[in-house]
Amino acid sequence: MARSSSKDAQDLFRALWSAYAATPTNLKIIDLYVIFAVFTAAIQVVYMALVGSFPFNSFLSGVLSCVGTAVLAVCLRIQVNKENKEFKDLAPERAFADFVLCNLVLHLVIMNFLG
Amino acid sequence: MATHVTLLASAFLLLLLLPFSASISRRSAAINFFASSPASLEDAYEALRVFEILGIQEKKAHERGATCPKVLENLVSTSPLKDLFYALKVNVILKCDVNGEVFEGIASRLKVIVHDASTLLDKYYSIGGLVLIKDLDSNVDTHIPDVDGVFQSIKALRQSDGRWRHSSDNPESSIYAAGLAFEALAGVISLASSEIERSTVNIVKNDIVKLFDVIEKYDDGSFYFEEKFVSGQEQHGSLSTTSSVVRGFTAFAAATSGKINLPGDTILGLAKFFLGIGIPGDAKEFFSQVESLAFLESNRQVLISIPLILSLPETVYSLTKKGQLKESRKYRVYDLAKVNTVLGSAAPPLTVKLVHAFSTGAKDSSIIDSKELWYDQESGLHVLDTFPNNLDVGTYVFVFEIVLHDSASEEVYTTGGQIYVPIYVTGIIEVGNAEITVVESDLGTAETQKKLDLSGNDAVSLSANHLQKLMFAFQLTTPHGQDFKPQQAFFKLRHESKVEHIFVVGNTGKKFEIILDFLGLVEKLFYLSGRYDIELTVGDAVMENSFLRLIGHLQLDLPEAPEKASRPPTPPVDPYSRYEPKEEITHTFRTPEKRPPQNLSLIFLGLILLPFIGFLFGLLRLGVNVKNFPGSTAPSTFGILFHVGIAGILLLYVLFWLKLDLFTTLKAFGLLGAFLMFVGHRILSHLALTSAKLKSA
Repeated sequence: MARSSSKDAQDLFRALWSAYAATPTNLKIIDLYVIFAVFTAAIQVVYMALVGSFPFNSFLSGVLSCVGTAVLAVCLRIQVNKENKEFKDLAPERAFADFVLCNLVLHLVIMNFLG
Repeated sequence: MATHVTLLASAFLLLLLLPFSASISRRSAAINFFASSPASLEDAYEALRVFEILGIQEKKAHERGATCPKVLENLVSTSPLKDLFYALKVNVILKCDVNGEVFEGIASRLKVIVHDASTLLDKYYSIGGLVLIKDLDSNVDTHIPDVDGVFQSIKALRQSDGRWRHSSDNPESSIYAAGLAFEALAGVISLASSEIERSTVNIVKNDIVKLFDVIEKYDDGSFYFEEKFVSGQEQHGSLSTTSSVVRGFTAFAAATSGKINLPGDTILGLAKFFLGIGIPGDAKEFFSQVESLAFLESNRQVLISIPLILSLPETVYSLTKKGQLKESRKYRVYDLAKVNTVLGSAAPPLTVKLVHAFSTGAKDSSIIDSKELWYDQESGLHVLDTFPNNLDVGTYVFVFEIVLHDSASEEVYTTGGQIYVPIYVTGIIEVGNAEITVVESDLGTAETQKKLDLSGNDAVSLSANHLQKLMFAFQLTTPHGQDFKPQQAFFKLRHESKVEHIFVVGNTGKKFEIILDFLGLVEKLFYLSGRYDIELTVGDAVMENSFLRLIGHLQLDLPEAPEKASRPPTPPVDPYSRYEPKEEITHTFRTPEKRPPQNLSLIFLGLILLPFIGFLFGLLRLGVNVKNFPGSTAPSTFGILFHVGIAGILLLYVLFWLKLDLFTTLKAFGLLGAFLMFVGHRILSHLALTSAKLKSA
C-alpha cells in the first residue's frame, strides 16, 4: 500500500513536471526568480530563529524585501501569462515596466527601514 | 564733675549732607565714570563739564588732546545739528584753535535753522549754538533778526498744564521739554539786539512758576519732577527731568533781570533731591546731578535762592567714649557750594539755633529749649557749649534753625526753616540682679536658686523635671539710674538635637522676668528630655553692650512622648548647601544586545548566496540568452542606458544605506527616475512594437 502510494506520488510529480515543461520559458524564469526570493527569505528566517531577532528592523527589511519582490514577480507572471485572458490587452513590456517601478519603490522603503 | 560737664558740653559736628569725604568720592566717581574715552561729543562734553565743575584739571587737560580734533571735524556747517551744538559746547570748555570764519559760517546756518526749525529740539540746538558762538567770538554777528517771532514760535509749544510739546504737530508734552524750552527762551533773550518786552518775559516767569505746580515731594522734603506720561520715544527718569528743569529756569533767570518767584523750600528741596541720590548709576545721570548742583550753587545773582544745608557728620553720641567726644564737640555749617564743588564760597555770617530737643519716646517734654550755638572763628564750627546734664541714653530729635545775620543774605540763601535731626545717645546699660531659679510647681518652694553675673562669663548648671518651673529675672539700668527697656530681650532654649525655642522676656515694672512652667510646655518642647543650652539676648540700638550669651545649661527630664505627640521639626537645611556642587550624574546606558558568533553569521552569508547561485544555474538550464536585445544603434543605446539607470538607482540605494540622508537620496532618485522613465519607455515601446510587428506578420 505504501509502495503503491509512493509510486502514485512519483507518477503525480512526473505528470506535473511534464505539464510544467510546456509553460513558456519567460514564465519559467519568473518562477525561478520567485523560488530564489522565497528561499533567500527562508534562510533569513532560519538565521533569525537561531540567533534572535536583534536587530529586528534589519531582519524585517531583509525578509520583506524578498517576500515583496516575490509577490511582485508573481503579479508580473499573472500579467505576462498569455493564458490569462484578463490581461490580454496588456503588453508584457508594460507589465515589466510596472514590475521594475514597484521594485524600485519597494527597495527605497526597504533601504530606509534597514537603518 | 568738671569732666562730666566737659563731656556733656560737647556736641556734634554739623556739616553738609555732603561732607568733604563725599566730595572726594564724587571726584573719584567722576574719574571712574569718564575713564574710557567718550564715544560721542555729547559724552565728551558731559565728561569735561563734570571735570570742570569738580575742578579736576589734570583729566581735563588729558581730554583736550583727544577731543579737539573731533571738535574741529564737527565744526563745519554740514555736520548734524546735535554734533555741532556739542562741538561748540566742548569748545567753550577746551578752547581749541578754531578760525573765526568757521564761526561765521556756522552762525549764518544756525540763524536760518532758528527760523525754519519746526521741532523744539532743533530750535534748542540752534539757539544754544548761537549763544555759544556769541560767547566764543564776540566779533561774529549772532543777533537774530526776528526775535519776537522766534520767541512766540517757542512759546506756542506750551501746554496749559505747564508742560511743553516737542513740536507743533505732536500733541504729547513733557516736563523735560519744558526745561529745554526755558533754556531756549533764555538764549533768545540773550541773542536779541533790542530789549524784549517786559510783559513777555514775565509771562515766561509765570510759566516757570506754573510748572512747579506739578512738582513731586518725598517725605524728607526733597522735591523733584517726574514725567507722568511717558511717550514712546523718549524716556527720562526723574533725575534727568528735574535736571532739565533746573538748567532751564536757572538759564532763564540768568538771562533776565528780576527774581523768579519760587519758594526757598522748593529750591532747597531740589538740592536735597540731587544730594540724596548719592552717586548715581551711570555717567549720564551723574552728569545731570553734578551739573544741576552746580547751577543751584553758582547762581550769584539775586534771582534764585541758594540753598544752605545743615547736617551732622555724627548723629550718634556716646555717653561713655570720652576720647571720641572731645574731637567732635563742635557744630559746623557750610554752604552747599563750598562742599559740593570745592570751588564754592564761604557761608554768609549766620547763627545756628537749637530750637529744642526732645526724646522720641516723649515728644512733649523738651530737654533743651532755644539755645544759640556760638561760632568758632578758628575752625568755622558752630558749637553748643552746654549740654543738659540729664541726657540719658535713647533716641532724640534735635531741631535746628539757621538764622542769617544780615537781611540781605536772606534774599540770597534759603535755609529751609526748622531742621529735624535724629540723634542717638548711646551708653553702657548695667545688667544686674540676674537670678535663675528652679521651683516646685505646686508648692512654690525654691528647689535651686542661683545668682548670675551677666557681665561676666559664668554659666550655671541646672536640672529640672516637668513638674517644676524655671524662673529667670534681671534688671537693666541706664547710666543715670533709670530703667531701660531694650528693643530685644529673648530667652532661648536649645536642645542637643538643635531644636530651638525662643521666649520673649516680659517686663514687669523694674524687672525683666520670665517663668517657664514645664508642665504646660512639654508639648511645645516635643517631649525632648536631655540637655538644653540657655541663651539670653538683650539688644538695642542705643545700648553699647548689647549681648547674646550662654547663661547656662539645663538638664530637663520630661515624660515619654505619647503616640500622638507631634514630632520635632527637622532641622532647617543649611541655606548655603544649595551652592554646593551637585551630585554627579551617572548615566546608565542600555546594555548592548548579545550578538551571534561571527562564524555563524558568515555561514549564513554564504547560505544566502546559494539560492542566487541556484537561480543563475536555473537560468542556464533554461537556456536564457540575450538574443532579443535590439541590434540597431538607437534602441540598443536606450537598452544599455535603461540597465545603467537601474544599476544607478540601486547604487544610490546602497549609498543611502551607507551615508546619504533621505532628502539627498530623494533628489537624486527623482533625477535618475526621470531619466530611467524616459529610456525605459523608449526601449520597452520599441520591444513592444517589434513583437506586435512579429505577431501581425
